[in-house]
Amino acid sequence: MGKRVGMEVAVAVAEAVGLCNIDMAAVYPITPQSHIAEHLSDLVADGKIDAEFVTVESEHSAMSAVIGASGTGARSYTATSSQGLMYMHELLPIASAMRLPITMAIANRAVSGPLNILNDHSDIMPQRDSGWISIFVENGQEAIDMSIIAFKIAEHKDVMLPVNINIDGFQLTHMVEPFEMPTQEEVNQFLPPFIPHATLHPARPVTMGAFAMSDYFTEIMKAKDEAIKNSKKVILKVWDEWGRLFGRNYKPVETYKTDDADILLLTMGSMGETAQMAIDELRVKGTKAGLVKLRLWRPFPFDELKAVVKNTKKLIVTDRAVSFGGPGGPVFSEIKSALYAETQRPLIYNYIYGLGGRDVTVKDFTGMFEKVLADTGNQAADTYEFWGVRE
Amino acid sequence: MIEVRWHGRGGQGAVTSVELLAVAAIAAGKYAQGFPSFGPERRGAPVAAFTRIDDKKINVRSGIYEPDVVLVLDSSLIGLVNVTDGLKSSGKLIVNTPKTPEEIRKELNFQGGVATVDGTGIARKEMGVPIANTTMIGALLKVVGVMELDAMKDAIEHRFGRIAQKNLNAMKRAYDEIKIIN
Repeated sequence: MGKRVGMEVAVAVAEAVGLCNIDMAAVYPITPQSHIAEHLSDLVADGKIDAEFVTVESEHSAMSAVIGASGTGARSYTATSSQGLMYMHELLPIASAMRLPITMAIANRAVSGPLNILNDHSDIMPQRDSGWISIFVENGQEAIDMSIIAFKIAEHKDVMLPVNINIDGFQLTHMVEPFEMPTQEEVNQFLPPFIPHATLHPARPVTMGAFAMSDYFTEIMKAKDEAIKNSKKVILKVWDEWGRLFGRNYKPVETYKTDDADILLLTMGSMGETAQMAIDELRVKGTKAGLVKLRLWRPFPFDELKAVVKNTKKLIVTDRAVSFGGPGGPVFSEIKSALYAETQRPLIYNYIYGLGGRDVTVKDFTGMFEKVLADTGNQAADTYEFWGVRE
Repeated sequence: MIEVRWHGRGGQGAVTSVELLAVAAIAAGKYAQGFPSFGPERRGAPVAAFTRIDDKKINVRSGIYEPDVVLVLDSSLIGLVNVTDGLKSSGKLIVNTPKTPEEIRKELNFQGGVATVDGTGIARKEMGVPIANTTMIGALLKVVGVMELDAMKDAIEHRFGRIAQKNLNAMKRAYDEIKIIN
């Protein structure tokens, strides 16, 4: 077991990736991801890891470079944020359709406009349907662990899909905090070498990312859907294995004091631990409140989520992105649709909060509970509200 | 848990200090967070940085609004920035200044603990530069006593290499010379 150390989370993520025997990285720096790019390029330049660091001129090129490299069988990594991710957008479904096990850290940041460099989830939400496995982390330890775990999930022969790890920008990336860094030996033991099922090589010509018209396109889309649905089995297995080796267990849906709860709050990402403090405060006052943390966004963990929330009376879903003109925040609409066919399900409330880096305190969460509990006539159920907005 | 807000100007090393302090506290077996005020920073413009230190795991990830301690790295910020904003009445204000704590208390009308030390003067003498960020870590550790001054040694050496000892000397002097009134 690694020793507990203090380090900035972004730097630690680069260190963790450095333990994964990557062959190449193409990372274009963008706030708040920059420290990952800088530190990883340092590791390569200092000869600490034997990998190619491709200095590209944009995120579009970064994703193109990792797609090409991954196609040759190289273990390939990138990281981005906000506008950079938007610029990669058109390439993301290509990476998944080509079944390339690329991994990417996303230092989540609001997308423009107006220009804002701070944290929310508006960058990842437009990438939802790209066919990538999508994981959200809650703290520095989880950011490190998932950065390593992602390679094993992505490269598993029953998965062969790209994975993105969502690490809240600033809130997590710029935080110096304690965690255990696995040793090189431990990572070697956990992560086998990447064995691609086909590679681009002049001596063994293959075509990847070929042209497909209406005669095959539907079948390819169906195959991709099946692939990502099936990946959940592997994700659970790999997380179990990690838990056995490192004592840190990860589940698609994490719970805190939910067993006897009448009212639940759901978060995704770095807000979980602050929300946990709100639950403790409410419990002291006698409110049977509980917390649900969604770790796995794609493939969506329908069964696990239903099992946790269906018996509660009220569920508050929090969102850090807006679906303009839509039914509410993206997490809210997903959860509503997941529960639609259930005969027993909670009333669902939606608060959109923490946009563009607006700070969220314990008091914000207790306030959400108080407001929903005060809605005895259930007037606000099934609606969404911009929490704390000035009008 | 102790929550500290640092006031400085971009380039004076407030962010470096919170990082070093958090790294050292964690190495000493504590739990800690060190983080900047998120967003763009410019050299010379007022900046804030934050430290949390506790004996148990820290869950809160929001900003610090009611600090136990405020440390002012650059006294020219007084009057420009409301440095005592939210500072607990039982809290402590530490200022890098040649003035006495009584003068600062009068200037800011703050009735909690006040401590002053000429960190910039010490930094100039010990290191030859008017940058007092590491020096003032010594001042902070004297006032809050969450850990020994020696606990900073590894973090400072790792960061500053051959000029580490000068930083440690300056830190020790601030620790010894700070004047505190309660």
